[in-house]
Amino acid sequence: MLNIDRDLGRFRDIVKGKVRKDLKKYMSSGELIGRKGKNVVSIPLPQIGIPRLRYGENKSGVGQGDGEQGDGAGQGQEAGDAAGEHVLEVDVSLDELAEILGEELELPRIEPKGTKESMAERNRYKGIAQQGPESLRHFKRTYRRALQRTIASGGFDAERPVIIPIKEDKRYRHYVVEREPRSAAVVVYMMDVSGSMGNEQKEIVRNQAFWIDTWLSHHYKDVETRFIIHDASAREVDRHTFFHTRESGGTLISSAYKLCVEILTKDYDPAEWNIYPFHFSDGDNWSGSDTRACIELLKNTLIPMSNQFSYAQVDSQYGSGQFIKDLLEAFGDEEAVTLSRVPNRDAIMDSIKDLLGKGR
Amino acid sequence: MALISNRFLREGRALPQELEDWRQKIETLAKGYGLDFFETIFEMCTYEEINMIASYGGFPTRYPHWRWGMDYIQMQTSYEYGLSKIYEMVINTDPSYAYLLDNNLVVDQKLVMSHVFGHVDFFKNNLWFAPTNRKMLDQMANHAAKVRKLMDKHGQSPVESFIDLCLSLDNLVDPHSPHIRRERRTSQAEYEEAHTNREVVGKIPAKGYMDKHINPPEFLAAQREKKAEELAKMRRYPEEPVRDVLGFLLEAAPLESWQHQILQIIRDEAMYFAPQGQTKIMNEGWATYWHTKMMTQDILDDSEVIDYCDHHSGTTAMRPGQLNPYKMGVELWRHIEERWDKGQHGKDWVDCDDPRERRRWDTGAMEGREKIFQVRRTHNDITFLDTFLTADFCRQQGFFTTAYDKRAREWVIDSRDFADVKKGLLQMVASRGTPRVMVTDANAFNRGELMLEHTHEGLDIQLDWAAVTLKNLATIWRRSVHLDTVVDGKPIRLSHDGTELKKSERKEDG
Repeated sequence: MLNIDRDLGRFRDIVKGKVRKDLKKYMSSGELIGRKGKNVVSIPLPQIGIPRLRYGENKSGVGQGDGEQGDGAGQGQEAGDAAGEHVLEVDVSLDELAEILGEELELPRIEPKGTKESMAERNRYKGIAQQGPESLRHFKRTYRRALQRTIASGGFDAERPVIIPIKEDKRYRHYVVEREPRSAAVVVYMMDVSGSMGNEQKEIVRNQAFWIDTWLSHHYKDVETRFIIHDASAREVDRHTFFHTRESGGTLISSAYKLCVEILTKDYDPAEWNIYPFHFSDGDNWSGSDTRACIELLKNTLIPMSNQFSYAQVDSQYGSGQFIKDLLEAFGDEEAVTLSRVPNRDAIMDSIKDLLGKGR
Repeated sequence: MALISNRFLREGRALPQELEDWRQKIETLAKGYGLDFFETIFEMCTYEEINMIASYGGFPTRYPHWRWGMDYIQMQTSYEYGLSKIYEMVINTDPSYAYLLDNNLVVDQKLVMSHVFGHVDFFKNNLWFAPTNRKMLDQMANHAAKVRKLMDKHGQSPVESFIDLCLSLDNLVDPHSPHIRRERRTSQAEYEEAHTNREVVGKIPAKGYMDKHINPPEFLAAQREKKAEELAKMRRYPEEPVRDVLGFLLEAAPLESWQHQILQIIRDEAMYFAPQGQTKIMNEGWATYWHTKMMTQDILDDSEVIDYCDHHSGTTAMRPGQLNPYKMGVELWRHIEERWDKGQHGKDWVDCDDPRERRRWDTGAMEGREKIFQVRRTHNDITFLDTFLTADFCRQQGFFTTAYDKRAREWVIDSRDFADVKKGLLQMVASRGTPRVMVTDANAFNRGELMLEHTHEGLDIQLDWAAVTLKNLATIWRRSVHLDTVVDGKPIRLSHDGTELKKSERKEDG
């Protein structure tokens, strides 16, 4: 253990909001920046600024290089030594990101369900064995054994350091069986693609659904997913369509809920499945009567079937955003319902935590 | 934990034989060139260790604080993704400690060693480092132990919060203060003395009938006023504006004993690091100058040239529009050396304006080496640039000033004029991002409030950060604090009473 681990742990605790909540406001948001290319995103690491008296936006600076007056000069920066004040953007793979998110999230109220055994067995290559197929040979370990043996037997020649492994040196990766509780779960994503949702709103909603989906599929091996898009009518689509479609029209939210119930009743028995419907919308439903229909549907069918019903609403410049208020009124103290508002891109992460945060 | 510190401090992993041989060779070489350094101890580190030491500002241990962890995870992530790597790490202590990354190529290690001897020579000989504590390794460890003890006694969060407050002010020190002998403050006795003798000021003894001629009433009135002013000054606290705000708080703020200890620690450490900020360009340039000299003339093996060039150009590369202190420094050192080698200084040189003659100018003086050793002894970045940055150099290096083009929303080249560039560079170096702020009155409005003044030098301070900083200052001072500054050309007073910020306009005379 290095000395620094203690400081690192402290920093992590502060970032996670466990201690020193007063620092939260100086934290630059762990905002998730969109995907770059395939499977790679760039995220700034969380940072806490130490407020100091300093100059505001640099009005001028000095640079070095070619160019005429008026040419772009990159970022005119100080030659200085402002270490630790910069934001570092790092490319992180989706899996790693899901890992990072995973420290703070969980599928709430999940229960062991499913027809098969209640424990799932998984093989993970974590161990080392002396026998095994060549394809699983652990090169480093093998080399190390061979090196040890060569040195011990006095055969090592620093001038000509040739190491030849023999059979006894060889080491192989070996699986160990890990048992974990099986929790069959289905997640139904419903997205509002109606006309009142602007491009920005759709982008936010997609981003959010994308991150939830990425995280869930990384952490829960047995999760099934279904996708529904709706405007005035709802239809089931595949993952790709869900994340790429552009439609517009009126909004009848009940259509989506009806379809959702249909899918669930047909394919997923609540006795055997953990059920998580997610709905993303700007909350601008067509009529009060449809909202009443929605609430009826939720109360009588969808919520009783589900472990948790999650609704996230983006702020839209057109819509009234009334729906979340109606839901709040109807289900304010219902434990199995979570509601979250997403005013802008920066709030995506917080909203995901609202919906899936640990110990919520 | 203690084990690790000890390992670093006393029993570090010694260099393997090959590197140890190189160390001796390079040390001998460096001495041969006239470098004069403290004993320098090299230690091998893994990248986790070197990142840790780097986050601790070069030390194996510091007081507990989340900031080190934040810096560490940044460096660690950055290294793991191949974005950056710390080659060199050396601290200003006697003996000096330098750290080598254990999986570097041998050629990198040689480069680092020759670079390090340059730094240690600079630490030892540059005047600005003279007041620094060369036993800082021990003091840092003492600070760490002290803070841990205070945390055990008063709780981690309260102590840490107070450290945060102090850190928020730790740029408000006066890096020049160790070099200035301050006038001693007027004592109470002196004050009373002056006060009681008030009436006889400047009065010349005279007979009654001559008195009004020898001591005309106007004269007496003026004398009285002068005296009153002096008295007022004596009564003002501080008598002269104080740039060392932390030092002033130590003296005058209502602190509990443990808070006093913490503030003292933060100030000691800030003062220790201050010369490094004042000499960044010179110091990095100096070390780079010496590693290039020794590597290319004495050390490099044919097979290493490519790797050397690759890594050397990595450190001296300029990204478009950015100033690299390594590059700037090394070029300026070479420029000085060339000028003094060719005798390009003095009256004749300055008076000569025939470009052809200037180009050919070479008196064969060969005083360059001597000159640069002399310069490294007395200058800091500001005087270094001010004295040696010439129009020729500016043109050769292609410097320009930048301005923000609001329509294009980008930084553009504004001017290549020498005067503009020099002014811009000096301003950048002089400010180092820290506005010059002084304590002017500790009893403002006769209410014990703290008055500070920002000397506006063309750039406004960032208001949102100033608001929080003032709040932190008010928390320490326990009364309202005020900062006089200029925003958008208007004189403004920012006041913070610990709960909210007030912004008021003020008359120029304050």
